Order: sequence, then structure tokens, then C-alpha cells
Amino acid sequence: MEKVLEVKDLKVSFQTYGGTVQAVRGVSFDLHKGETLAIVGESGSGKSVTSQTLMKLIPMPPGKITGGQILFNGEDLVPKSDKEMESIRGKEISMIFQDPMTSLNPTMKVGNQIMEGLIKHQKVSKADAKKRAIELLKLVGIPMPESRVNQYPHEFSGGMRQRAMIAIALAASPKLLIADEPTTALDVTIQAQILELMKGLQDKLDTSIIFITHDLGVVANVADRVAVMYAGQIVEIGTVDEIFYDPKHPYTWGLLASMPSLENDGNDELAAIPGTPPDLTNPPVGDAFAPRNKYALAIDYEEEPPMFQVSETHFAKTWLLHPDAPNVEPPDAVKQRIRKMSSNFDKPVLVKEGK
Amino acid sequence: MAKYIGKRLLYMIISLWLIVTATFFLMRVAPGNPFASEKKLPPEIEANLQAHYGLDKPWYQQYTDYLVNVVTWDFGPSFKYKSQTVNDLISEGFPVSFLLGMEAIFIAVALGVLFGVIAALKQNKWQDYTTMAIAVLGISVPSFIMASFLQYFLAIKLGVFPVARWESFQHTILPAIALAAGPMAYIARLTRSSMIEVLANDYIKTAKAKGLSSGVITVKHAMRNALLPVVTYLGPLTASILTGSFVIEKIFGIPGLGFHFVTSITNRDYTVIMGVTVFYSIILLVAILLVDIAYGIIDPRIKLAGGKKGE
Repeated sequence: MEKVLEVKDLKVSFQTYGGTVQAVRGVSFDLHKGETLAIVGESGSGKSVTSQTLMKLIPMPPGKITGGQILFNGEDLVPKSDKEMESIRGKEISMIFQDPMTSLNPTMKVGNQIMEGLIKHQKVSKADAKKRAIELLKLVGIPMPESRVNQYPHEFSGGMRQRAMIAIALAASPKLLIADEPTTALDVTIQAQILELMKGLQDKLDTSIIFITHDLGVVANVADRVAVMYAGQIVEIGTVDEIFYDPKHPYTWGLLASMPSLENDGNDELAAIPGTPPDLTNPPVGDAFAPRNKYALAIDYEEEPPMFQVSETHFAKTWLLHPDAPNVEPPDAVKQRIRKMSSNFDKPVLVKEGK
Repeated sequence: MAKYIGKRLLYMIISLWLIVTATFFLMRVAPGNPFASEKKLPPEIEANLQAHYGLDKPWYQQYTDYLVNVVTWDFGPSFKYKSQTVNDLISEGFPVSFLLGMEAIFIAVALGVLFGVIAALKQNKWQDYTTMAIAVLGISVPSFIMASFLQYFLAIKLGVFPVARWESFQHTILPAIALAAGPMAYIARLTRSSMIEVLANDYIKTAKAKGLSSGVITVKHAMRNALLPVVTYLGPLTASILTGSFVIEKIFGIPGLGFHFVTSITNRDYTVIMGVTVFYSIILLVAILLVDIAYGIIDPRIKLAGGKKGE
């Protein structure tokens, strides 16, 4: 399959009064055409910064890309200027934001907000852009698009605004769509509709999607592959099945165990991961997750774990996969769901640096 | 919309009536009268004068007479400027004051918004600190001091502009700057803070994610939203330009309406005081109405009450 995006060892930091925050500390992943990659993690794990860096939307300064490459169609975006990025933003890569209530301009007609990108990127006339805007509104399932196109955002409901946002993002048929928690601010029934819409449109347009979320339920619904982020790093990445049914990293175990399920009866307290994510101004030595991890080994406090490859597609960054590591049992909630993966290698393989 | 404006006009008439009534009685309460001078007039002459101007009638009759006159747009003769009516004074003085006021409003809004936007875009850089330092000066220095400074440095020392009087466009520049300085500084600060707030909004990020250039984002997305508070300020701005002009016209010797107003008060020129007050009130009320209508046009979320409801 054709690779749309390849991120290599991306590092982003922010200059603040309290010091330099290393928000993203060496993230690598790739994305194929028409594929959906979900990035999950707690608040502050660097998932939003990672995604906004892909479009270079983080404010610079204080933000700074301190290392790595973002290869989009084989071209590195990191050295590109703001002017050069303008022809990529909205045209090649688009983004949907979390809160549809605030991400549309309140004093501009919805139609005009869709048309702007079209006029800029496809050099179409105003009349044609308007025709296209009506088509797009229809495509994202807004009834009576002919009259809606002339309305202002405050005349739209939350779900409709997010549909309009999707229309804006898809206006110039981008190759990559980044959705930054697009359903978090919506209520559950609308969430399902928006997810359905995104999946349907992806099939139609063959767009690749990066889906940022902290909702594992959503992940299971939309993603082909999942990357779990913690403290600015990807700690585990694999196909949806691998992450849900054969997780290897204790942090992923924690996330899965803290997900409410129908089997949980009212007597069981919902599991939670104790503690809070580390301060990334001074990232801890060793494994950043160790202080919150009840399976932490002595080495976790001394040396950062390397990436181990579990299968062709499944990687995890934990010492537990080392041949010398003791055999630990994941928590019960996770153990129940584990299935034998036929694609797994016989033994986890240490990934050499500079893969 | 027509219904809304009709309703507002009705409120304006009520406000106007309250203003006329309050001014009328306050003026009578103030000691002195138009014919008081150092040399005491013989009582017979004073009685004659009083009778000539209708001041011998009981207060309620003077009041109702006056109301009728206001409705017919006749403010009566001036007590001090013989052979001139208040209407004459207004039609002479107003064009001058209007020109001065418009020039000042233009300077205040254009430069104020420009400085504010620059300061916001260059937040915490030297451009920001410079413009805001100027703005603090502009707000803190009263217009009459500003006027004297401008006269001293630009007119007397450098001779770039004439010191005073009202003859050519050159003559209008110094008074307009003096009048505009305070409001301009205020608008600059207002624009800066609201621009910074707007630039932090998600929809600015959306616009950026569309691939729009920062110029387009600033003008099309940020400024329109950032200028809402500035538009709100245009009502009070008109008021401050009007009242500011009393002093400025006096300092620069400009034969405007403010000049007549100030003189008329010291002279107890009852009809001029009343006439100019009513006239100023009308201008202010109309300005506020225009601001409210403009507000509804700029921000579609604001529906003018009494207008069409819903979609």
C-alpha cells in the first residue's frame, strides 16, 4: 500500500516561563492511503501537539520542532516556510477540531467559510465555489443545503456545525484528514452519526485519517490501527485487534482496564491509573510511566525501554517484552479479553535504533 | 427593522422631552440672569426686557411655550447676540463643529484601530510596547493640555501649522488631533485587547488550517470580530468628541457650536443654552441609534428586538 505520511523521530518542545516543555519526544509512525490511525492517550500526552505539528499549526514560537522529519508524499514538511505550508494546509492536509461551537467564525456565513478554501486552492469562481459548497453540505448530510449555505454558525446545532466543519475540511479533497477529538464535544447520539459520516466519506474519497481521541470506544469503531501515546512518546502501536485483544504495554492495559464495559456490574469499582502524567519540563529518567506502573521493573527507573516488535504491525515500548523480564499477568479486565494472535512472532524482537 | 426603528424613535422623543425639561428647570435654578451686568439696569428697563422675552410669565407658561417652540424647531432669539436667532447660531456653528468632529472621529478610529491591530499582532514585541506607551499617554493627557502642547511645539516653535482660528484645512489639523488623541488611545487599547482575544479563538486556527494567509486571516476573520467592542464605543465616542469640542473650540478660537455653548452658559443666554442642548441631544441619540443598527449588521448573532424573530 502507498504510504501517505511517514513521521520519523519527531520532537517538539515549547519554550515557557517554567522552562522548555518537551511535548513530543521522538514520535515515529506511518500512515497508508485510505487508512485510519487513531492516536489515543491522556490529556497532555502530546497527541494534539503531534497532530497540529503535522500541519505546522502550533504557534512558533513558543513551539519549536527540535528534531525529526514529517514526510508527506515523500516530501519533508519540517523545513517548509509558512508561505509554503499555505498550499498544503486545507488542500493536502485538513483538520477538524474538537469544539464545533468555537471553531467556526461567528460573523461569517457557513457557505463563505466553506468557499474560502475552495477559492484559494482550486482557483474556482465564486459562483462555482458556492455550488460546490452546497454539494459539500449535502454530502455531509445537512438538509436544505441551498438555504443553509447562507446561514450563520449560530443558526446551526452542534452536530450540524461539526458536519459543516467536515465539509470545510473536505472542500479541497485532501489526502490526509486530521480529526482532533471531533466527537468529544458532542452528545453520544450525534457522536455516532458523525463517526458514521466520517467513515462513509473516507470510503468515498479514499482519504487517510488521523483520529485523535481519548475515547477507546470511538477507536474500536473507526480505526484500522491504534497508536497509544504517553508523555510525548508512542508506547504501543498496532492494529485495532492487536491493541484491544493482545496489548503488551502496561499503560495500554491500564487504559483498557479503565474502560467501562457491560460486564462490569455495579459492585466493581471502575479501575483507574493512579497518579498523573509526568512533568515534561524535566522528563523522568528511564520509563516515563514507571512511577504509575505497578508492573515497573528496577530497570524502568534507570533506562528508557526500547521498542520491541511483537508482530509485523505491532510494536510496544516496554521492558516487559525483554527475554530476561519476569512473566507478568495483565490485570483481570484485560486478561479476559486477550486472544491468541496468529500473526505474532515467536518472540518479541528488539527493534534496532534507526529502523 | 422598520418597527424597531419606529420604537427607538419614540424612545428618543421621550428622552428628548426629559432632557429639555431637566435643562429648562436647572437653568432657572442657577443664579443670575441674561441681563445681569456690572452696571445695574434701572428696574423699569429690566422689566421691559423681561416682558419682551416672555420672562415675566409664570414658569409653567414659559415651559409650555418653550416645548411648543422646540416642536416647531424654533429656538427663539439669542438674548446676547442681538438680531441673531438660536437657529442662526446653530446653522452657522454646526457645519464647523461637524467638520472638526468628523475629522477627529476619523483620526481616532483609523489610527486607533491600526495601532491596536499592530500591537496585537506583535504582542509583547517592541511595536506593542511603543504603541501602548503612546496610548497610555493619550489617555492620561487631557485634551486641553494636548491642545496647548500642539500649539506650542507644532505652531509656535516649528511653525508647521497655524496656532488658532478657522480658515483653511491647515487650521483644522491641530484641533482635530487634540480632540482625537484621547479617543484614539482608548480605541487602540480596546482593539488590541479584543484582537488578542479573537486571535486565540479556535476559528482562527480553522482559518489557518484552510491554508489562508495571515493577512487574509487578520482582515477577514480576526478584525471583524475584534471590532465589535470598538463599534460599541462609537456612541460614547461621539459624546466625548462633542464635549471635548467645547474646550478645544474655545482654545483654538473656532466659531463652532461648542464655542457658542460655553459662551452662552457664562452669559446665561437661556435660549442658546436650551437650543444647543436640544440639538446636541438629538445628535447623540441619533448616533447611539446608528451604532445599535450597525452592531446588528456586523454581528449576525444580535437580533434587533422588534425585528424579525427566528429564522
